[in-house]
Amino acid sequence: MATRHLLLIVGGVVILVPLLWMLTTSLKSPGEVHLPPYLIPTSFEWSNYAEAFRVDQFDRFYLNSAVMTGGIVAGQVIFSSAAGYAFARLRFPGRGILFAVVLATMMMPVYVTLIPSYLIVRTFGWLDTYTGLIVPRLVSPFGIFLMRQYYLSLSADFEEAALVDGASRFRVWRSVALPMSAPALATVGIFAFLFSWNDLLWPLIITTDPDMRTVQLGLAMFSGRYGTQWTLLAAGSLIATLPAIVAFLVGQRWLVRGIALGASK
Amino acid sequence: MARPHRSGRVKSWYRRNNRLGDLSAATVLLTPPLVILGVFTIWPIVYSAYLALVDWDGLAADRPFVGFDNFARLWESGELPQSIKATVIYTVAVAVGSVVVGLVVALLIERVAHGRSLYRAVYFLPAVTATVAVSVVWGLLLDPGPGYINTTLRQFGVEGPNWLRSTTWALPAVIGVGIWKHLGFNVVVFLAGLAALPRDVFEASAVDGAGSWRTIRSILLPLMAPIILLLLIMGTIDGFLVFDQVFILTEGGPLGTTDVLGMLLYRRAFRFFDLGGAAAVGWVMFGLVAAITLVQWRAYGAGAKGVGG
Repeated sequence: MATRHLLLIVGGVVILVPLLWMLTTSLKSPGEVHLPPYLIPTSFEWSNYAEAFRVDQFDRFYLNSAVMTGGIVAGQVIFSSAAGYAFARLRFPGRGILFAVVLATMMMPVYVTLIPSYLIVRTFGWLDTYTGLIVPRLVSPFGIFLMRQYYLSLSADFEEAALVDGASRFRVWRSVALPMSAPALATVGIFAFLFSWNDLLWPLIITTDPDMRTVQLGLAMFSGRYGTQWTLLAAGSLIATLPAIVAFLVGQRWLVRGIALGASK
Repeated sequence: MARPHRSGRVKSWYRRNNRLGDLSAATVLLTPPLVILGVFTIWPIVYSAYLALVDWDGLAADRPFVGFDNFARLWESGELPQSIKATVIYTVAVAVGSVVVGLVVALLIERVAHGRSLYRAVYFLPAVTATVAVSVVWGLLLDPGPGYINTTLRQFGVEGPNWLRSTTWALPAVIGVGIWKHLGFNVVVFLAGLAALPRDVFEASAVDGAGSWRTIRSILLPLMAPIILLLLIMGTIDGFLVFDQVFILTEGGPLGTTDVLGMLLYRRAFRFFDLGGAAAVGWVMFGLVAAITLVQWRAYGAGAKGVGG
């Protein structure tokens, strides 16, 4: 037993080295960067964070990432529920084919559609806009699949009661099914959050205006320009990844369940 | 005369299919997501197939049809074979490495009495971090001079290489970051799988006097085979699409040793405005992912049958 704990702790420290080093370095003064200790903060130069915000417009990047992430999370949650519900509960011609098409798009690597998506966004005049950052990624086939499975596993009793009471099908979705699926929607939401907050490729190709950069893109460009200023780079990296870590700590339960569900499909 | 008749037929078809309001509700619920999916995923698939066959810089009015020349050109220039090689090595190493280490870690966590959820959270943490941010950090850790890794190696009397500028070490370094990032996902899935195994199998085997290693090899591994294969497939798909850490750490260098397909596609499209070539690379990625997934699913079927029989 003790051996197992020892192995797990050693492995865990190795796993945490980059994160501990990032925190420690972000709080050092420039003179201390190359001096130990490397993994446990002993000095606390909080001004590095203010400095990172000052030399580059991380506040603007943060706003852009927040708007993009908020839009994508809201869209993926609503549309996954709507489409998942329709595929699980409603009878209409072409249901099987449409669902098969949605599933098939899940198999398509994003790279196949990347160049055409860029061209379409350009045609619409959406380069360097929030619309361009958000709209093409509003729908997640995986989210639709997850919500369909969830609704199929849910008893239809409440919905039928509402139908008997004279509610329309749409009303039943909005007032009964949607609230009842909150735990599954939390799973879709946290996946959407991590996906969009951490994304680099799409913002990289559809924005050229520095004012439209997201946090990840801003950090990538920042690391090219300020590559020698390690304290600022560490502070910038920590700023960029902190929301994802917080989201994980808050939503761990739903995230882990989503992974187990996704792996068992 | 034909029009009212036809609309009457449409109406009766609609009424027949809309008894509980299902058709109206489905129209409202499905139209927005399916339109978005259609415009930004399904139409681009068709568009991409066309782009792969033309020579276009994205601006010229003229888009001459070149057939498979985009593929042939990238193949003959050596860029495509080099990228396939780097991608395959990266993918196999990360998929296999994170399955092997992930299983060991999951077995250890499964067998401790306290702190399971803490261990799981720690090992999973890298999976949720922003790849750009942690790649920037890894880039500093791997710095040949004052980087933490070489500083630590020096304490043991070893002078580490210039990791990211060395044709020998750049790809292994990128692979290491990949395993670090991917490991936690496998640990979580393995833990879920281990929790679902029947307890009595292990107890019976322990009563029979089978050692720990023998139990793992002859009972646990066959039972876990479907999950192992599934994680290999998912790891393979993930690995083929790697971009962020390569873009930050090496940009495909040195001398193309880490020039994975995602990097090649990005460079063709957005540095050289060779949209036809970039689209062709996209289809190569699709073909490789599909082929490997298919082969692994076959193995999965065979493996599942083997376990059942």
